[in-house]
Order: sequence, then structure tokens, then C-alpha cells
Amino acid sequence: MPGVHDRGGWPAAGPINKTEHALSFWEKRTDALLVLLSSADRRVIRVDELRRAIESLPPEAYETMGYYERWISAIETLLIEKNVLTKAEIDRKAEQLVEQGPTA
Amino acid sequence: MREHDAPDPHLPLEEDAGLTYYEQRVEAIQALLIEKGLLSADDVRRAVEDMEARSPAVGARVIARAWVDPHFKRHLLADAKAAIATLGINVDTWSTLVAVENTPAVHNVVVCTLCSCYPRSLLGVPPDWYKSLNYRARVVQEPRTVLKEFGLELASDMEVRVYDSTADMRYLVIPQRPAGTEGLSEAALAELVSRDSMIGVTRAREPSP
Repeated sequence: MPGVHDRGGWPAAGPINKTEHALSFWEKRTDALLVLLSSADRRVIRVDELRRAIESLPPEAYETMGYYERWISAIETLLIEKNVLTKAEIDRKAEQLVEQGPTA
Repeated sequence: MREHDAPDPHLPLEEDAGLTYYEQRVEAIQALLIEKGLLSADDVRRAVEDMEARSPAVGARVIARAWVDPHFKRHLLADAKAAIATLGINVDTWSTLVAVENTPAVHNVVVCTLCSCYPRSLLGVPPDWYKSLNYRARVVQEPRTVLKEFGLELASDMEVRVYDSTADMRYLVIPQRPAGTEGLSEAALAELVSRDSMIGVTRAREPSP
């Protein structure tokens, strides 16, 4: 049984949706965070590690999450794994941001 | 717009106007990384700008040169990064890049079945369909059918090659130069090179008559 990410030849695949969307700001920022965290002068996260974290998502989550949703989940997993951030810290900061409202 | 009115306290809070769960995570993680000095807000802004600056125009410039300069094309096919570096494009941080040429006998198309690897430096960010589960599943299994859905019908005796990318090796398709373009300048030729033709799901555009 191949992993959920290993889609080549996956059975019962349907039509390809060719609609494109311009990346939203948070998606661009997620991309930017990975580029920066994996840059030669930081090397906090390597691309192979990101892939491993994405490929370890529960199959149902993998199939239903958006592309950059998978990315930011994987970035969070890796930053916690590497003791750069803690989950509690991220939860707390996220709560603060909600309380502040979308002012940024 | 009622710009000067005070907000009506009886209106429900617009919950969906706030940040989604994933937006909150991005914001929170970015804020914490900045607080800890791992990166700055400026770094993030610059990385977003770099990303926005990359577009298929870069790839199109490479293809147009390959169409007009046989020596460059041979170099591109033999060692794509080295050839592209001769155009003054900085390839220092690139992973291995392989250029494959469409001919009257062979059509090439690119996918990343495992995720979304793509020559971003040349083409910008990949389109949604390139990252979709269905494109990844099907193009390796029934490429002719998939190409037909993109409007590209290939003769039955045309060989189709599907290249599956990895993080360490990415592919660029050199589409066939359209007929009737002999008199065009390199810049005009580059206009005919679409993103999709460099992924291999379409041909290059025909010149307008």
C-alpha cells in the first residue's frame, strides 16, 4: 500500500480542476517562512524534513487540507520537534492575535 | 460605505471576517520567530517579494534563446544550469535541472507525483492543478487523456514521456518552436512560450497572423 502522498497511478482519480487562484497573503507568507527557515544561513528546516512531516499527516487530513495548510502544519510540527517553539507558545500567540482582531 | 457611522452594537460579530485557523498559525509562528530573532519582518517581506518576482517570463527567455541558438540549446540539454548561468541568471541555489526537448516524434510532460516539485526559479509558483491529487495520479497513467483535457491532441505514433520530479531534480520542457516564426525576434518568440508549454501540457502559442 503506497503512502497517501504517493499519488502516481492512484485509483479512481477524477477530473483535473484547472481553476487557478492567486495565492493569498497568508499562503505567500507560509511559503516565505519555509524559504527563510531552510536558507543556507539558518538551516532550521530542510526541505526533506518538510516532506516527511507532510507525508506523516493522517491520510484523511492529507486529502482534505489545502496545499499551504499542509505546509504550515508541517512547519509547526517541525519547529516543535526541534524545540524552536512549543505548541503552548503558538496557541497562546494565536489567541492573542484573535483577541487583537484583524488590524495588521 | 457608512464610513463615519459608529458600528451598530446589535450587529453580530463577523466571525468569518477574522483569521482562519491556519492564518492564525502562520501569524503566530511568524510573530514568535521574529521575537526570538530567527528572522525579521523585513526578511519575510523580501522573501514574499522574491516569490512574486519569479514568473514564467524567465523560463520563456531561456526557451526563446534555445530556439534561436543551436549551440545554446545543445548546452541547455547537456547541462541546463550551466547553460542558464550564461544568460546572467543566478543558479547558485538551484537543485539539479534537466531540460527535455519536444520534437515531432517525442512529447514530454512534467509532474511531481509525490508533491509539487517544480522549476520555480524559471516558472514562478506552480498552478493549482499541478499540485492537485488528480493531476499527480493520472498524468503518469493516462498522459494522452490528460493532455487531451488540456486541449492537446497527440498523434498516436507520437511517443509521450512523463517526467516525475523530485526536490533534487526538476524538469523544464523545451516546447517545439511554432511554424512560421522564422522572422520573429527573440523577444517576440519568448511571448509565444507559455508556462503550460514549459510543463508540457500544451504547445507553444502560434504567432498572431
